[in-house]
Amino acid sequence: MSQHRRRPRNNQISVEAVAGNGLLDRRALLGRGALFAGAVSTGFGPVISGAAAEPFLDDPWSLEFGDPMPLYQVPSAFEKKVARTLSNPNHEPRNSHARTPHHLVDGTMTPNGLHFTINHGGVPNIDPDKHRLVIHGLVKRPLMFTLDTLARYPMVSRVTFLECGGNSAPMFSPEPLQETVQALHGLVSCAEWTGVRLSTLLEDTGVDPRAKWLIAEGADSPHLSRSVPMKKAMDDAMIALYQNGERIMPGNGYPMRLLLPGYEGNMNVKFLRRIKLVEEAAMSMYESRTYSQLLPNGKAYRFYFLQEVKSYITNPSHGATLKAPGLYEISGIAYSGTGRIEKVLVSADGGQSWAPAALQEPVLSKAFTRFRMPWRWDGSPAILQSRAWDEAGNVQPTREQFVAARGELKAKPPVLGFPNQHYNSITSWGIDSKGEIKHVYA
Amino acid sequence: MSMPRPAVSVIALAVVMATGSAFAETPNLGKPIDEADITAWDISILPDGTGLPKGSGTSAQGMAIFAEKCASCHGENAKGGPAAALVDDRPLAGISAANKTIKNFWPYATTVFDFIRRAMPFQSPRSLTDDEVYALTAYILAQNKLIGESETMNEETLPKVKMPNRDNFIIRFPDRI
Repeated sequence: MSQHRRRPRNNQISVEAVAGNGLLDRRALLGRGALFAGAVSTGFGPVISGAAAEPFLDDPWSLEFGDPMPLYQVPSAFEKKVARTLSNPNHEPRNSHARTPHHLVDGTMTPNGLHFTINHGGVPNIDPDKHRLVIHGLVKRPLMFTLDTLARYPMVSRVTFLECGGNSAPMFSPEPLQETVQALHGLVSCAEWTGVRLSTLLEDTGVDPRAKWLIAEGADSPHLSRSVPMKKAMDDAMIALYQNGERIMPGNGYPMRLLLPGYEGNMNVKFLRRIKLVEEAAMSMYESRTYSQLLPNGKAYRFYFLQEVKSYITNPSHGATLKAPGLYEISGIAYSGTGRIEKVLVSADGGQSWAPAALQEPVLSKAFTRFRMPWRWDGSPAILQSRAWDEAGNVQPTREQFVAARGELKAKPPVLGFPNQHYNSITSWGIDSKGEIKHVYA
Repeated sequence: MSMPRPAVSVIALAVVMATGSAFAETPNLGKPIDEADITAWDISILPDGTGLPKGSGTSAQGMAIFAEKCASCHGENAKGGPAAALVDDRPLAGISAANKTIKNFWPYATTVFDFIRRAMPFQSPRSLTDDEVYALTAYILAQNKLIGESETMNEETLPKVKMPNRDNFIIRFPDRI
């Protein structure tokens, strides 16, 4: 008890402001009790109302035999709003996107039902017993693998984010679109993927040294194909079979997909059925047109591949309202296709002052890292921002830096469009004195 | 005939070096196949024309096929409909992908053939003959004035079509290739 009593004094420093507009020391998160003790002492704690509360009677669900257990459980019926948003709900003959609701989930792993997907020809209904994977071209022995044979191979698991190269594309708008973090950044998710290293299978086929690229192709109706450097294939590429412990979701590439940690989603070819080793890139439509990004000088990037360091605050964010001044936790996600997140700074005053957020363990390479930051909102206008650094020293650019290098659109784009790609600058949430949150540029 | 043996040992060495280990043991359960077994699947085409099939087609032939199988989505004369315009004279301006067209952006004509053959028509991909794909490719290229009206597209002529924007690209991260 004496130790308990001592803690508030020891932690008094932890509720000190570390940056403008009420950002508090991240160490306060380590002793949450102390944080709130400190908060009460400074007059910002929850107000205990003396009004009569509802009497504590048993609710109906406490008085009856509950529901039966389903074979495969799904979230509570009260969680229906925690869902992906669909770009093509009527299944018109074009591509379809489903975006992850980052503002309605927490932690770092995206549940399979909420993992983002983009499909260019619907979701194929693949019989796993008939699916085959062929590796051929510049190999010593062309080989065919089935799901059964792959199951006998040594497996590895790794947690990695997958991000569409066009995620955050609405941020190329010259003025901020009033959209949720799901609409702006919902084309990225993070999961644990399990499968066979591609380099293991290439040991079986042998590799002709002339091979500099592979062409990966899916069994979907567009026969989607992308060229991948052999350098990546031999590094950390995987033939993924499981997603968060269960077979890959149909929309995410069932029964197998190429997984290229840190590389743009479209290259992680789903429904993978063929890998051909070649000397030159194929210049498929997706690489030579769609995923080549126009630059302000009229030229275009080719083979961008890498999803660069990025972060944004998911809570609080657009669509939420702060009900009253007081203590809040700012939280968000950070990730980099280069490696681990090194640090995330948070600002509550539009970038005038910054302080480091707590990074929640584990901090994994090429995976979502959850950051958290205590904040005392005093009820006046604030602008919340986050900025991430990765272990290679890459830093998330400011909007000014990003626009100087990559340009911006002349007019507001449709929120579902992909006017350009590989946007990784800072997202800013402006909070007014009523607690309403707008997307702002700062 | 002494060539194959050294080639094999070079391959073995490359594998060892690339994977950083001697031949690690694997279950070795892949079923050997011949390239001939997967001809129907092997629709990869490289920009130098490698992989292009036999066959040919002209713009005039393509026009008829287009009207029948493509215009309902891509519009009359390929000027756009529910799906993108394929014939478009707009210049490349600004950073919006909406301004990319086959004529002003696509670096290789082989990509036109490749995408039609693997993915079109949207509702019945792989239903066109290679001659039809050559004809549609010729039609789109000719309507865009990238080739002459009477030129025949085949495995020899298609890779030689020079697309205007070919040299306007910057490799983003050369070290990763």
